[in-house]
Amino acid sequence: MPDDALGRPYQVPVKREPLLPNGVMGMLIFVATEVMFFSGLISAFVIGKSNAIGGWPPPGQPRLPVEETAFNTAALLASGVCLYFANRAFREGAARAKGLLLASILLGGFFVLFQGAEWVALVREGLTLTSGQLGGFFYLIVGTHALHVVAGFAILLYTYNKLAHGDLSRFTFWPAQIFWYFVVGVWPVLYWLVYL
Amino acid sequence: MDVAKQGAARVGDDPLNGIDMAEAGSVTVDTHEAHGHEAHHEQSFWSKYVFSTDHKMIAMQYMFTGIVMALIGGYMSYAFRMQLAFPGESVPGYGLVSQGEYNALVTNHGTIMIFWVAMPMLIAAFGNFLIPLMIGADDMVFPRINRLSYQIFFISAVVLIASFFVPGGGFGGAWTAYPPLSANAQYNLTPLGATFWIVAVALEFVAFLLGGINFITTLMNSRAPGMKMYDIPMVLWMIVIASILFMASVGPLIAGAVMLFMDQVIGTGFFDPNRGGDPILWQHLFWFFGHPEVYVVLLPAMGIVADVICTFARKKLFNYKLILFTVFATGIISFFVWAHHQFVAGIDPRMANVFTVTTLIISIPIAEMLFLYIATLYGGSIQLTTPMLWALAFIAEFLIGGVTGIFLGASGADIYFHDTYFVLAHFHYTFFPIAIIGFYAGITYWFPKMFGKMMNEALGKIHFWGTIIAFNCIFIPLFILGAAGQHRRIYNFQNFPDLAGLQDMRVFATMALIVMLAFQVVFLVNFVMSLIKGKPAGKNPWKANTLEWTAESPPPHGNWPEGLPNCYRGPYEYSVPGREEDYWPQNAPPDTAPAE
Repeated sequence: MPDDALGRPYQVPVKREPLLPNGVMGMLIFVATEVMFFSGLISAFVIGKSNAIGGWPPPGQPRLPVEETAFNTAALLASGVCLYFANRAFREGAARAKGLLLASILLGGFFVLFQGAEWVALVREGLTLTSGQLGGFFYLIVGTHALHVVAGFAILLYTYNKLAHGDLSRFTFWPAQIFWYFVVGVWPVLYWLVYL
Repeated sequence: MDVAKQGAARVGDDPLNGIDMAEAGSVTVDTHEAHGHEAHHEQSFWSKYVFSTDHKMIAMQYMFTGIVMALIGGYMSYAFRMQLAFPGESVPGYGLVSQGEYNALVTNHGTIMIFWVAMPMLIAAFGNFLIPLMIGADDMVFPRINRLSYQIFFISAVVLIASFFVPGGGFGGAWTAYPPLSANAQYNLTPLGATFWIVAVALEFVAFLLGGINFITTLMNSRAPGMKMYDIPMVLWMIVIASILFMASVGPLIAGAVMLFMDQVIGTGFFDPNRGGDPILWQHLFWFFGHPEVYVVLLPAMGIVADVICTFARKKLFNYKLILFTVFATGIISFFVWAHHQFVAGIDPRMANVFTVTTLIISIPIAEMLFLYIATLYGGSIQLTTPMLWALAFIAEFLIGGVTGIFLGASGADIYFHDTYFVLAHFHYTFFPIAIIGFYAGITYWFPKMFGKMMNEALGKIHFWGTIIAFNCIFIPLFILGAAGQHRRIYNFQNFPDLAGLQDMRVFATMALIVMLAFQVVFLVNFVMSLIKGKPAGKNPWKANTLEWTAESPPPHGNWPEGLPNCYRGPYEYSVPGREEDYWPQNAPPDTAPAE
């Protein structure tokens, strides 16, 4: 312990342990911004819906595939659950972490492909970006979410690659999971508001 | 025991030293290349000045980009003010201002001054420069994200300037971009300019989003050992709270910007009433961001002023905690005032009442902060240096801006004042103190730290008085013109018989603008001359307490190559009774025993 000018000892301060690691905190702030971004889209959509003359969904427009998307929603939620268990296995050092992470990634990929097929069908039925408020908001909101799924898919693939090589760090995996939970968690809200 | 030895001892003792910071959080003092500054390799021009990850270099990049953009924005204001003073005459140095050009100049003057001057200079430049230095860290926690942030910002500036050179010219739909004017090329006549504008603004937001993540995380995780929450210098709190406000408010605007972009380019009808869209929706999305944005740029300026007045009043900041909580309160309230921009947009009068009340409420914390600053000055040994003059001018001028805002916040009065020059003058009395006075206070105060040289005080004071007097001469006539009913965004007032007679005041304001712009040359000369042959500053020319003054001037790569400082006390321990010196640096170990 060092001494001060009068020869009395004083305590040298030590570095505090941060509340959250840098990567996690950065990702949480980013996700908070994303939450506000989706809130903006959702409030715009709710206002657009309430302004609609002639009721919602607008008459004469194709109906959105509610049942098929319910199935797809379940697939995305299952992907989130797989990721949760993958993390638990990863922390225990268990080998099944790899399989669970892969399942999570594949389910995420399935979600995007299924949605793409849905879009093709809807476009054939005449629902496009410019066909009206329903089409505009549908492709805007669901498309924005799909872009996030693709980004999350890429991030998870990156972590899978690292895991496969055995150099995945908790501090890489943790923020990646936060992003994917956000992507998974925001979808039921969008499904409820846009489809139902 | 001196700082160097302590720091070195601490770094050496740290068992965790060496773990990659990005992975392990800031449990160590290590960042990207903090090791082995002894074995410092020679950096090429490109890696040192262009693709640097050093927070100080990125701060300089932001600052010089901001200064260049400020010159462009100032030049635009010169062109359109000359058109208003001498309508239809060719403007020296510009040429004839056509009606479309007038719209584009006004729009982009506003856009540039807010998004490419106020934000980069106040938040990005000072935030990047000060945060690591004032908390005793060697860099930001995400240096590469920081570099990416500037690169995106630079591209956004290029896109905005490019918008002037596309067919149709720059966007002319006003900086608030209200649809249907902004969404429909038939109305704004600048189809490509409008799209470039929205892309540039969106890129700029992405840049500040990345910067904001860095600022908040760095302040939370990288503080020097011993620096507790209430030991953080006020300017850092304010920059970080401003970043939080920005992050929380920018999402809806990005959503709106995407929708506006799609309306322009793809032909959706989100804001088109003919196709079931809602033009008022844009105003809500825009102002939900736009009003917190005022506080996003105000708070860093207030923080700079807080630090400057404490140093030059040689006094402790009056009630640090109250100021801090007031800032938090301001931030929260700022999310509930946005519709005061829309009193005449056809919103429900009951809603207008609510927003009148919240708007008047937000003046309370701001007034409180100004009073606390004045209380800080009271009884201090005030040194009227150039930075102190700017800081005092900030308080005085911002007060005028705040008080005139009361008229506009009251929905009844606003119906008359809305979109007149009264609003414009009010706005400039808030933003000029923030962006320009706040910047000058900061740059004259931290110039010695940034470049290791002192600025010339005589030139600094000439620049100060020239700018401040001319500034008031520009905008006081505009209050009068606005109260007389002069509407904004009018190309030529000679067509309005009631307003044509007030031409003398317009000419006066324009002349004052030219004088003010001319005085900025004094600053640039002072800046360059001080860089070349200014007096060496030494580590701590102002005898200030905060940690950045313990580093070399200018700080080397890594800030404290000999070891990072510790922190023992709050940032504003000036004129402490019983001490020989009237300042007490945060890193100095205690020299008296704590009270028994």
